[in-house]
Amino acid sequence: MQIFGFLDVRNNYIRNQNIRTIRISKTMKELSVNHLIGIKYITKQDIDLIFETADHFKEVINRPIKKVPSLRDVTIANIFFENSTRTKLSFELAQKRLSADVMSFSAAQSSVKKGETLIDTVNNILAMKVDMVVMRHSSPGAAHFLSQNIGASVVNAGDGAHEHPTQALLDSFTIREKLGDVGGKKIVIVGDILHSRVALSNIFALQMQGAEVKVCGPKTLIPKYIESLGVTVEHNLRKALEWADVANMLRVQNERLDVSYFPTTREYTQQYGVTKELLDSLNKEIVIMHPGPINRGVEITSDVADSQQSVILEQVENGVAVRMAVIYLLASKIKN
Amino acid sequence: MYKQHTMSQKVLLTSKEVHIILHRLACQLIENHLDFSKTVLIGLQPRGKYLAERIKQILESDYNISNIELGFLDITFFRDDFRRGEKPLEANKTQIDFLVEDKKVVFIDDVLYTGRSINAALTAIQSFGRPSEVELLTLIDRRFSRHLPIQPDYRGRQVDAINNEKVIVKWQENDGEDAVYLVTK
Repeated sequence: MQIFGFLDVRNNYIRNQNIRTIRISKTMKELSVNHLIGIKYITKQDIDLIFETADHFKEVINRPIKKVPSLRDVTIANIFFENSTRTKLSFELAQKRLSADVMSFSAAQSSVKKGETLIDTVNNILAMKVDMVVMRHSSPGAAHFLSQNIGASVVNAGDGAHEHPTQALLDSFTIREKLGDVGGKKIVIVGDILHSRVALSNIFALQMQGAEVKVCGPKTLIPKYIESLGVTVEHNLRKALEWADVANMLRVQNERLDVSYFPTTREYTQQYGVTKELLDSLNKEIVIMHPGPINRGVEITSDVADSQQSVILEQVENGVAVRMAVIYLLASKIKN
Repeated sequence: MYKQHTMSQKVLLTSKEVHIILHRLACQLIENHLDFSKTVLIGLQPRGKYLAERIKQILESDYNISNIELGFLDITFFRDDFRRGEKPLEANKTQIDFLVEDKKVVFIDDVLYTGRSINAALTAIQSFGRPSEVELLTLIDRRFSRHLPIQPDYRGRQVDAINNEKVIVKWQENDGEDAVYLVTK
């Protein structure tokens, strides 16, 4: 008490001095959303914040010890109703690098096969006190539906042919790293646009950042009216590549092709496969991206996939950093 | 119209006093670390960076010590108040281009208050190796406000301040002047 008596005297003295009055305002940044359902629900500011945070996490995952304790009291469930290698591992690694408790669940080994509904499955998992759900599902809108019906924060890891937001974010992050900025760049997305959630999320993300987007593929695999999204369509691969700074090569999703969209795989490769000869004959060097899994010899040849121009493995590395940023920023909005 | 948040402030240290203190701190470091061959300086982000750069500059230009290793450590992801505070935590750049294994580490920060930042820094630095020892240098040591048993090894000025007061250190390169203010809400 004596101490504070002394302080009061001194503080009164300071107050009386009242040298000058200043105003301090501080604006801290946070995401505008509580869930990451798709790129179309977030803003350019959100993307910038995610990238700034991902820059810091990229430095973290290159340290001798690659782990930070931020999310030690957060539990995350990874629910994959559809097959995945890269995305699931990348999310799991991102969560572990942030020290979150992680449980992973694949529909193949679950009670979904016994007829349980999505909400019931997820609610059972939430009853185990889970703070965040990362979900992949074959139905477009599944992640949105979930976010409306449960209390936990939801991250969409791919919902049918709708969106795959973290993939688009890591693609843009890689372009930004490679070319300095996404704004003003020309990006062509080649392949099966019709069935691709990666294409849709990429179109939204790239346009939001001020890039020009072109899609390229056989007429049967380009959705009608895609021009209404503000993209241009090109059916000639060479012309598309001559125009572009970056080519994002998509896989032909054979598992989703219920009818024949092109005569043979060989013909598809001849028309839309990127080869070293084709790239060398262009008058500039373009960046080659691929979200994986690669069908070597179909949409991209091995010598292109393994060349200096390809950033496929950088995309995988950046995927962990970007997912750490997304999870960290969403987790900071979960109130205790 | 809503009421503006106003504060009053008083000068704790002038530019001249800051300079005298910086030179004293540099000399105290030399006493313990001599040529700095086994020592690395780590400025704690965001505000410890300026102090660390100044100390390094003084050691180099006034005392002819070269090859001092200086890094910057951001402790945002190691803080113990994630999801507990009102404001989201914003990260800064960590830049440590060397290992701290078996080195003497000197943490440098502008103000020592609760000690929680230093606690987080002690955890964070382990990601870069196991230091042989860790010391703490602060320009301002706020008494009576520690939450943890942490004290500085090198202290610029000890200040008595109560919790609704804030100590603000300004640096020429960032804020246009070298000075320390005590701000009252």
